[in-house]
Amino acid sequence: MKQPSRRAFLKTAALAGGTVAGLSATAKAGPKNVLSPDRNGVLVDTTVCIGCRSCEYACRTAHGLPTPPLETYGDKTVFKEMRRPNTGALTVVNQYPNPTKSDLPYYVKVQCMHCDHPACVSACIVGAFSKQENGAIIWDTDKCIGCRYCMAACPFQIPSFEYEKALNPEIRKCDFCYTRTQENKLPACVDACPVEALTFGPREEVVRIAKQRMATYGNRYVNHVYGELEAGGTGWMYLAGRDFADLKFPKLGASPAPGVSEAIQHGIFAYFVPPVALYAILGAIMWMTKTREEGA
Amino acid sequence: MEAHMKPTPIKAKFLTPGVIVLILLAVNGLMFLAGRFFFGIGSVTHLSDQYPWGLWIAVDVAAGVALAAGGFTTAALGHVMHLEEYHAVIRPALLTAMLGYTFVAIGVCVDIGRWYFVWHPLVMWNGSSALFEVGICVMIYMTVLYIEFLPLVTERFIGKVNLPGILKNLNRPVERLLRALDRGLSKTMFVFIIAGVVLSTLHQSSLGTLMVIAGAKMHPLWFTPILPLLFLLSAIAVGLPMVIFESTLAARSFKLKPETEILGKLGGMVAPILGVYLAFKLGDMVIRETFVYLTEFSTASVMWTIEVLVGIVIPLRMFLSPSVLKSPALTFTAAALVVFGVALNRINNFIVAYTPPYAVHAYFPSIGEISVTVGLIALLTLMYRAYVMIFPVISLPQDRPALHAKYAIRTEKS
Repeated sequence: MKQPSRRAFLKTAALAGGTVAGLSATAKAGPKNVLSPDRNGVLVDTTVCIGCRSCEYACRTAHGLPTPPLETYGDKTVFKEMRRPNTGALTVVNQYPNPTKSDLPYYVKVQCMHCDHPACVSACIVGAFSKQENGAIIWDTDKCIGCRYCMAACPFQIPSFEYEKALNPEIRKCDFCYTRTQENKLPACVDACPVEALTFGPREEVVRIAKQRMATYGNRYVNHVYGELEAGGTGWMYLAGRDFADLKFPKLGASPAPGVSEAIQHGIFAYFVPPVALYAILGAIMWMTKTREEGA
Repeated sequence: MEAHMKPTPIKAKFLTPGVIVLILLAVNGLMFLAGRFFFGIGSVTHLSDQYPWGLWIAVDVAAGVALAAGGFTTAALGHVMHLEEYHAVIRPALLTAMLGYTFVAIGVCVDIGRWYFVWHPLVMWNGSSALFEVGICVMIYMTVLYIEFLPLVTERFIGKVNLPGILKNLNRPVERLLRALDRGLSKTMFVFIIAGVVLSTLHQSSLGTLMVIAGAKMHPLWFTPILPLLFLLSAIAVGLPMVIFESTLAARSFKLKPETEILGKLGGMVAPILGVYLAFKLGDMVIRETFVYLTEFSTASVMWTIEVLVGIVIPLRMFLSPSVLKSPALTFTAAALVVFGVALNRINNFIVAYTPPYAVHAYFPSIGEISVTVGLIALLTLMYRAYVMIFPVISLPQDRPALHAKYAIRTEKS
């Protein structure tokens, strides 16, 4: 059988290598992931929250999710179990005992934290998640393939998936009321809160307010703003009267969740040099061992 | 003796009692699969917001990709390094890889919520996503595998095209097409072969990068920044054992004489690679001092011990022994243990190590998930059987010496 000549080998190999290298020029596509200095944040003061769950009602209404009437939200029995946000409720409030004043339990509102360096945006295979200038991380239904890698990646276990739907299941999570804030309205939950437990504003301002409150009412809070540094900083931040671990906040370091994986990815694909180099080395080995074989 | 071996379609009866069992398992799996497509993923699985990934990702996808690694390891040895003694196993390994990746693709479509958008990554890119890289590489590599398999098709049908009835007029054009394909392929095949090896090293390692981003949720016994390296090393290590495993099974099923000598030679290669994998795994453990987690009795520590002891240490010791390499039964056992160990490693990484911060219940796969996985494996085995009966995959001893065959192909003349 006819073997390809060595010249042909080189020619074809160079052509293939060139094609791969050419791709690197276009490989900068990716989802929008901006860290604008104007991004917004919210301070959740868990020592102020009274557990009325008005925010849950407002959130459902704003997002067109089915909800029981507002009167039923006064029912305190829902606090017996810890609840998590899901496809039907993008935010939920949980109750935790107050060791010093048992009649005044702590309430913790849970929703997407809108990370400064979001794992979901980095992980999503098709870039369906994006971080916007105003700080909101939003999801694009036209891209999503339903792989649920965002859920595996999120350190706060936030994205939720419509497992019961056979067609077009959605990933649901708090979108920081992206459409409302575009119209200069407050996020629905912040707007609805009757006791101003939620403070909305530019993130830097929110951090400043949090520290000011801690300085003014020192004995009211533990000395920690959860979310200021966690996972590289989050848009939503919390003040609490007892240790955050007791309020079931995940213990996270200050390094962003996607840091290591992105370093690895970008290392492997640095201008496609490593794969192309590997291709060249293998080609060389193939060519040399072939010469040996022919010479024998 | 090498020259007397020639890839030949196996002549045997397709239906045997074992095959009927496989068909039943496949039908059972397909029924649950229908449930998933008509009533949603939640109707047949135990997946939840806490455990978004389960058995299907761990076994059908992650373990599937790893166990198809025989394709690129034998291609590297036989075609890139031109080590002739491996040629007899390249085709079975290629077929395993081709069918393996096909079922990985099917597994992905089963698991993702919007299977009809599975092509999205081709046009919607996210360069920072490890999953994007895995997806793209797997798609391209699967195409490469099908191209690498084409020579077997041309070899089988050139000069034998005989379409029935009205299609008879197409005989000559098809024949010409096959010949043109054959000529073009023999000139360019090395491009695809090298590409296949490069693509494999890329996505085998990136499969390990997948869980790096979920570091905070991963058990320290498995989580390490060198996960991609460990995934790549274990994939290389399982390549040859998988070839031994599957060749022995095929030989047994078709009542062929096992190629003891070749398989023994392959077995001799396993120990060094497996040793390197073990060294990195344990070295990483010592550096990060995660051995402290072995002192507590938990699912994680038990699974880790089984994975390393049964899946790496014992087969490593076996492959180092000359008497094991001489015995087909013992070589097969050792190879099966490596296959088990790497499959368990993927299950451990994607399921056991995954500890979500708000888990109210543990994850265990449902009957539906297990049925689908078992059904897909049964279906893959059936297709393997059909392919080796149709195409010249398995090398058989010939009465007269065969002519030297390269990436393929039909022998000279014509």
